[in-house]
Amino acid sequence: MPARIGFLAPIVVFLVLFFGYPLAANVAMSLREYTAASFYTGEAPFVGLANYAAVMGDPVFTTAVANTAVFTAASLLFQFGIGLALAVFFQRHFPLNGILRSLLLIPWLLPLVVSGTVWRWIFDQQYGILNQTLLGLGVIDSAVPWLSSTAIALPSVTVANIWVGIPFNMVILYGGLQSIPAHLYEAASLDGAGPWQRFRHVTWPLLRPVSAVVLMLGLVYTLKVFDVIMVLTQGGPANATQTLTTWSYSLSFGELDFGLGAAVGNLLIVVALLFSVVYLRGLRSSAPATARKRR
Amino acid sequence: MLSTHIPRTPRLRGSSAVVAAGLLTLSTACTGTGGDEEVASLTAMDYNLAEPQNGTTATMLDECGEQAGVDIERDAQPRDQLMPRLLQGASQQDLPDLMLVDNPDLPQIAATGALLPLDEAGFDTGGYYPSVLEAGTHEDTLYGIAPGVNGLALFTDTAKLDDAGVDPPQTWDELRDAAAELTEGDTKGLAFSAIGHEEGTWTFEPFLWSNGATLTELDSPEAVEALELWSDLVEEGSVAQSAVNWSQADVNDQFLGDRAAMMVNGSWQLPVLDDEDVGYDVVPLPVPEAGSDPATPMGGEVWAVARNGGEREEKAVEVLQCLLSDDNMRQWAELNAYVPAKEEAAEQLAEDDPQMAPFVESVPSARSRTAELGEDYPDVSTAIADAVQEALAGSASAEEALSRAQQSVPEN
Repeated sequence: MPARIGFLAPIVVFLVLFFGYPLAANVAMSLREYTAASFYTGEAPFVGLANYAAVMGDPVFTTAVANTAVFTAASLLFQFGIGLALAVFFQRHFPLNGILRSLLLIPWLLPLVVSGTVWRWIFDQQYGILNQTLLGLGVIDSAVPWLSSTAIALPSVTVANIWVGIPFNMVILYGGLQSIPAHLYEAASLDGAGPWQRFRHVTWPLLRPVSAVVLMLGLVYTLKVFDVIMVLTQGGPANATQTLTTWSYSLSFGELDFGLGAAVGNLLIVVALLFSVVYLRGLRSSAPATARKRR
Repeated sequence: MLSTHIPRTPRLRGSSAVVAAGLLTLSTACTGTGGDEEVASLTAMDYNLAEPQNGTTATMLDECGEQAGVDIERDAQPRDQLMPRLLQGASQQDLPDLMLVDNPDLPQIAATGALLPLDEAGFDTGGYYPSVLEAGTHEDTLYGIAPGVNGLALFTDTAKLDDAGVDPPQTWDELRDAAAELTEGDTKGLAFSAIGHEEGTWTFEPFLWSNGATLTELDSPEAVEALELWSDLVEEGSVAQSAVNWSQADVNDQFLGDRAAMMVNGSWQLPVLDDEDVGYDVVPLPVPEAGSDPATPMGGEVWAVARNGGEREEKAVEVLQCLLSDDNMRQWAELNAYVPAKEEAAEQLAEDDPQMAPFVESVPSARSRTAELGEDYPDVSTAIADAVQEALAGSASAEEALSRAQQSVPEN
């Protein structure tokens, strides 16, 4: 027993110190009127749930929640879909396979500030390469305000984020594909399965645990995406790309109202937790099914 | 050396170290002017990380520290880190003795009660522009003082204006016409920053104010008219809609890259433009009617002193007097292309450097951004920036956008 405590103690201390304390402090902060003055005087009147009420009553709240949902769902869907397609593609043997695969990793290796800036240039209304190309091909008649229209800015930012996330999905899913025994594919072929059937009945079920991890991590990453949006649009124009993350930042460090910022941050944590629980439950119920199939 | 960490109020009783430090506070407070223990070092914080300001700030602090007989430990932070760092310091009752902050941020720190009122400390304010002093004032008390200030003006590309036969515009109507006339191919007539935070608000404020609007009545017809001027310029194609994503540095890039024939920008761009060797001219911002006063927001940083106990405050004020001496002020202004905070020095500069003249001209009527709203300014500033963006992106009319922004103005 003492030995067990010895092993557990460091991790418990670590969790309490680096997760428990900040989380508790953040919750406490969100229940107080915490302004710049509070830092010096130490006086932050307890206001109960007033910050949450204020945040939820703010018209930006609805926008930020909707944006967060759209941004996250679209990012996950396309990052995963394209990542999986690429992973399957690279499973085949062909020349330059390795080099191409490493090239596709570049978006993941670049600092987000760098890739964000490049996307800003691509999307520029007047001299961005995207508009120039589309105008040249005759697809559009006039330049599209990719980042400066309240209607198009969110899809544009999402596209940039999808591009950033594809390599991560591809790498992990590619690893998952490598662990599927080749003889299963041979057996399926002998049974007369075509490429789609092989994917549907061999690849997909056996890849499920890896997919779950990728989607879970992707969800957490995407919910907290900050740099891409900040570099591209700063949450603008007129909050059109404001997510809960960027809004929390601007409340805390733009308006210096730390109570409100903390409240938004906590709501974000709740959303992430909810999704995680749903996901882990889904994972638990699907795991035996996969195992059964394997037998 | 004396401890540089003296908590003002021993909040954390129980720890012997803190109690000891608390006693130390008492002893320094009691001996006060007695001076049996000399203050040997002071701390300073600023965000002048770019050269040459970085080097000059360090040299000036060193020299002034030497004159006052103290070492100064300078801590330079990136701009967006400064306020969080200061607030962190405030929470530990350990603010730097001297701090250089952007003037609209000053009320936030002053409201904490952590700053030394400068008139109480015997600081001589003779010769300063009243508008400069106002920008460092919170609730009728002077807490900060600027070595130099900056403002906004209209920069014009002389070659482009000559080619088109356009004179630098002086009124809004002329601005509209000139911008339309100068728009050709990839080049827009005008560029300004309408980004979604303080930078966008500050660029819009001169238009708002010179039309007679105030920050407390954002839905007034005067305010709506000002925003309509901006949204019309975008709608007519004289200003790129991308302005909603541009910082002032981006606007300068547009101007340098031949994408804009005119721009609204600040004096600190002058050294950048001179490096690039472009033919440009600077004129005061156009006003609604010929002859009305330009009203630009007062820009620039102010030095403030923390309440860190008698001895240290005295030394810090001594250093501050030196930092703001006529010579240092002139050097500071020349280096940053700022307007000196003292009237006489500013007028001299306008004579020596005609490019600075429009900026000097704008200082007497320049307004403190926080005068009307105090600590509520950051909140309202965000709302104004949002309204500007809504109008320019075409998602709301100027009137709708501003009446929404009005909701964030606290009622008194």
